[in-house]
Amino acid sequence: MAETTYLEAIRDGLAEEMERDPSVLCLGEDIGAYGGAFKVTEGLLGRFGPDRVIDTPISETGFVGAAAGAAHMGLRPVCEMQFIDFISCAYSILTNYVATVRYRAFLPCPMVVRGPSGGYVRGGPFHSQNPEAAFLHTPGLKIVYPATPADAKGLLKAAIRDDDCVLFFEHKYLYRRIKGTVPAGDYAVPIGQARVARDGRDLSIITYAATVWKALEAAEELEREDGLSVEVLDLRSLLPLDDAAIVATVKKTNRVLIVHEDTMTGGIAGEITARINELAFEWLDAPVRRVAAHDVPLPAAPGLEDFVLPQTADIVAAARWLAAY
Amino acid sequence: MASISALSPSVPAPAPAPAGLTRDQLLELYYYMVLTRTLEERLVALYRQARVYGGLFRSLGQEADAVGSAYALDRAQGDVLSPLIRNLGSLLVHGTQPVEVLRQYLATGDSLTRGRDLNIHVGDVGRGFIGQISHLGDLVPVMAGVTLSFKLRRQSRVGLVYVGDGATSTGAFHEGLNFAAVQRCPLVVIVENNGYAYSTPTARQTAAKSFVDKAAGYGVAGGCADGNDVLAVYEVTKEAVDRARRGGGVTLIELVTYRRKGHAEHDSQSYVPAGEIERWATENDPLQRYATRLTQSLGVEPSELTGLEARVRDEIDRATDAAEQSPPPDPSDALVGVHADPPAAPLLWYRRGLRG
Repeated sequence: MAETTYLEAIRDGLAEEMERDPSVLCLGEDIGAYGGAFKVTEGLLGRFGPDRVIDTPISETGFVGAAAGAAHMGLRPVCEMQFIDFISCAYSILTNYVATVRYRAFLPCPMVVRGPSGGYVRGGPFHSQNPEAAFLHTPGLKIVYPATPADAKGLLKAAIRDDDCVLFFEHKYLYRRIKGTVPAGDYAVPIGQARVARDGRDLSIITYAATVWKALEAAEELEREDGLSVEVLDLRSLLPLDDAAIVATVKKTNRVLIVHEDTMTGGIAGEITARINELAFEWLDAPVRRVAAHDVPLPAAPGLEDFVLPQTADIVAAARWLAAY
Repeated sequence: MASISALSPSVPAPAPAPAGLTRDQLLELYYYMVLTRTLEERLVALYRQARVYGGLFRSLGQEADAVGSAYALDRAQGDVLSPLIRNLGSLLVHGTQPVEVLRQYLATGDSLTRGRDLNIHVGDVGRGFIGQISHLGDLVPVMAGVTLSFKLRRQSRVGLVYVGDGATSTGAFHEGLNFAAVQRCPLVVIVENNGYAYSTPTARQTAAKSFVDKAAGYGVAGGCADGNDVLAVYEVTKEAVDRARRGGGVTLIELVTYRRKGHAEHDSQSYVPAGEIERWATENDPLQRYATRLTQSLGVEPSELTGLEARVRDEIDRATDAAEQSPPPDPSDALVGVHADPPAAPLLWYRRGLRG
């Protein structure tokens, strides 16, 4: 099986779905002839034509709203945010219109909003954001954030086939750094199911997206240097969360570290901590701890960004604290 | 008894019906305007009995613009309209029944939204309407997408979306209109300029001389009409609908009218200059103007209109009786249908019965 990058997996998933279902179309800024800021949609214009790969004005509210209208009429639009930082420009129409339209008006709204997310790339405050938690609080949306090429492709297919709006976060740090094998043929990864990225007995790290890879590095180091057996749970889906998988890992290791790249306050780790408290309190041998970004806008300079974001060494140190508790 | 024309051969034949409408259609326009006003008056009565949930938003004095514009659409061809809060008349023209509107305001379990949203925030793609939300302007991009689908599928369908003078200040209005313009979507955007957005007069909403001037900035066709002249409204909208249907893209229409009631029933209108409302009511009421035209220039007997008005009152009585039979929603339905999958949100632990 050939290795493919995380970015190619997304492009392949998109192209295969467009091939399979003529109602799938792409909307976004510079996604046509230019192929998108990161070239995710490169080649799609030539393959599917300008009716299905539509360059839009700079207007996130405009084309997200238009996607919703097209979705009402039976199309399945996939919107690209040039950087996910700009999804905030469409926050109102996503949370007020798109997320509520099935519930209050019974209108179908199958659409995907996807885009390059996350830091570790020296992108500064407006090209590095992780705004997933801003949408976690909105009933009516689904959120996925894959870490591997196989999951990126499989979750994108599931998102496009889902009958509601799915926010598909792609980590730009992983785009070309991460290669992996992807299952042959057509497959979809179900939304709402986490994945055990590494089996372990002594301690669990619950995480998603780029920090899955940092957690795996940390787990290697902890095993090598401390003899600790660390389990890594890759959430993959953030809304809905896989409560069963979270509870299962708590019951297995009894010690939990939650790691995310998003800022600490109001981040998803808080919600996961609350769920563990409610569902598996008596299984804990130590308090649930969080490793997340410091509560500041993300600065650009390498020294600053590295200081603000969680690093592998931070995860190792936190895990040692937890193991010794 | 012989007819008047037979007795007086010198009386000229009736002029061709205005706007290309038949006599029946001209009367139908009047019917929908009377239906709108009578239904709203019934809603006011229910509101005063504290039986209406949420606000009550009147279109008193604006009935002609909603009715005349929606009448220019063709339901048989699958045209879709998105009515704003004061466009009750457009929904009625497009086939919504008065009993459905009453159920919405009473928030019954069998209402179009099953009690989930109020007033005319209703949508049904199959019947050709997509309701708006309180975030003004959002339906302009949504209707841009609806009509984009018509264009991509080579369908000869048209969309119509209403905004008020206030919503033209929103980013969504701009982004949606610009998107539709660039894509040459078959969309008609109607700016209903009724003088006020809540309490804010138009002069504090825009520095433009008129809203239709904005059409040039978007590179779309523009049209303007007296919003209280139902036939003028019909004609300007029909021209825009025809243009959209033959691939001519977007038209921005400004209809000039006047909001005689407050933003909603609770609004005292203390901000309105003295005498302004009364002047519009006595000098420029759209129903009165149209009734005069029908009877004085278009050969309709006054008794025909009074008969029609009585039939409408009867229709609204029957609709009210039916709506009052409707049950409230089953509370457990509140958790159903946020998503297609899963079909319902889970019941929270404290409602499942507490264990030790």
